[in-house]
Amino acid sequence: MGVLAKKKERREAEIPTSSMADIAFLLLIFFLVTTTIDVDTGIGMTLPPELDEKVEPPPVKERNSLAILINSAGQVLLEDLPSSVAQIRQEVQIHVQNQGQDPRYSESPTKALVSIKTDRQTPYNLYIQTMDEVWMAYFEIWNTEARGLGFANYQDYRSSLEEDAVNEIRKKWPAQISIAEPDPGE
Amino acid sequence: MGHFTKKSKAKPEISTASLPDIIFMLLIFFMVTTVLREQEVQVRTILPEAEALTKIEQKRYVSYIWMGPEKLRGNRFGETRVQIDDAIIEEMTTIRSIMYRKLTQEPRLIVSMRTDKESVMGVVTDVQQELRKGGTLRINYSSKRDISNL
Repeated sequence: MGVLAKKKERREAEIPTSSMADIAFLLLIFFLVTTTIDVDTGIGMTLPPELDEKVEPPPVKERNSLAILINSAGQVLLEDLPSSVAQIRQEVQIHVQNQGQDPRYSESPTKALVSIKTDRQTPYNLYIQTMDEVWMAYFEIWNTEARGLGFANYQDYRSSLEEDAVNEIRKKWPAQISIAEPDPGE
Repeated sequence: MGHFTKKSKAKPEISTASLPDIIFMLLIFFMVTTVLREQEVQVRTILPEAEALTKIEQKRYVSYIWMGPEKLRGNRFGETRVQIDDAIIEEMTTIRSIMYRKLTQEPRLIVSMRTDKESVMGVVTDVQQELRKGGTLRINYSSKRDISNL
């Protein structure tokens, strides 16, 4: 009897840790399943603030704005000329890089404006394609500019910038894209 | 020589004592990165494809607006509807107050519009006008990378 009592006393109270890994595994699987790592990608825009009826919108010279109209049938009108989505990129680049030479295009890159106007029945997909072409036009200009500064591309230049440093390329070639006011009474 | 036989008798074993620690590390990583799927999307959103894409790194600033044909029973689709959070918006004018409230909670708010590519501009324009009234001007036209012409 004395032997048994001695043995019992010696045993320490222990929580079994062998199942710890299983518990952790279960939790891990739960979080693995619920996690969505995919990042949202898209075309970023800043909408114009709401128009104040008393304040007139700033005047824009006709030559500085490149008007893109897309109608309900999906037809593209570039500065009043029937055109196609594929032509937009080149036209935007000519317009922005004109530097005041051709009187039909912009005076300077900082004054150049691209205006997109759509109809209520315009397919959304076509609008995105148009937006994409306009942005790609600017991206290509920025890429060229960045290569001139000794970077591989614009993305490289962007990542080399400090947190609140001025983006010189965008300052020189600002992307000024305007979404035209919808027609009232529609 | 007897020394050698003793050594060979010992079974080689990988210590499993640190296994829970490794698992816990992974667990903590996933716990931190997880954003729980809060709502069920009730409209179909097949995103358009584009090239000039930017990534939104800060997921916490993003608020989604879904636009597309409503999912009906039996794989059919109804009228184009707008969904914010977990509710279908019945009255367009309510968007401005919803968005204004969100903006006061998060001033760096980015509104990501997940619009079905077969939608028309009418509904997108209406939502944009409402966003302007609500003061939420940073938007994003959510689109996927165009794989076809790579």
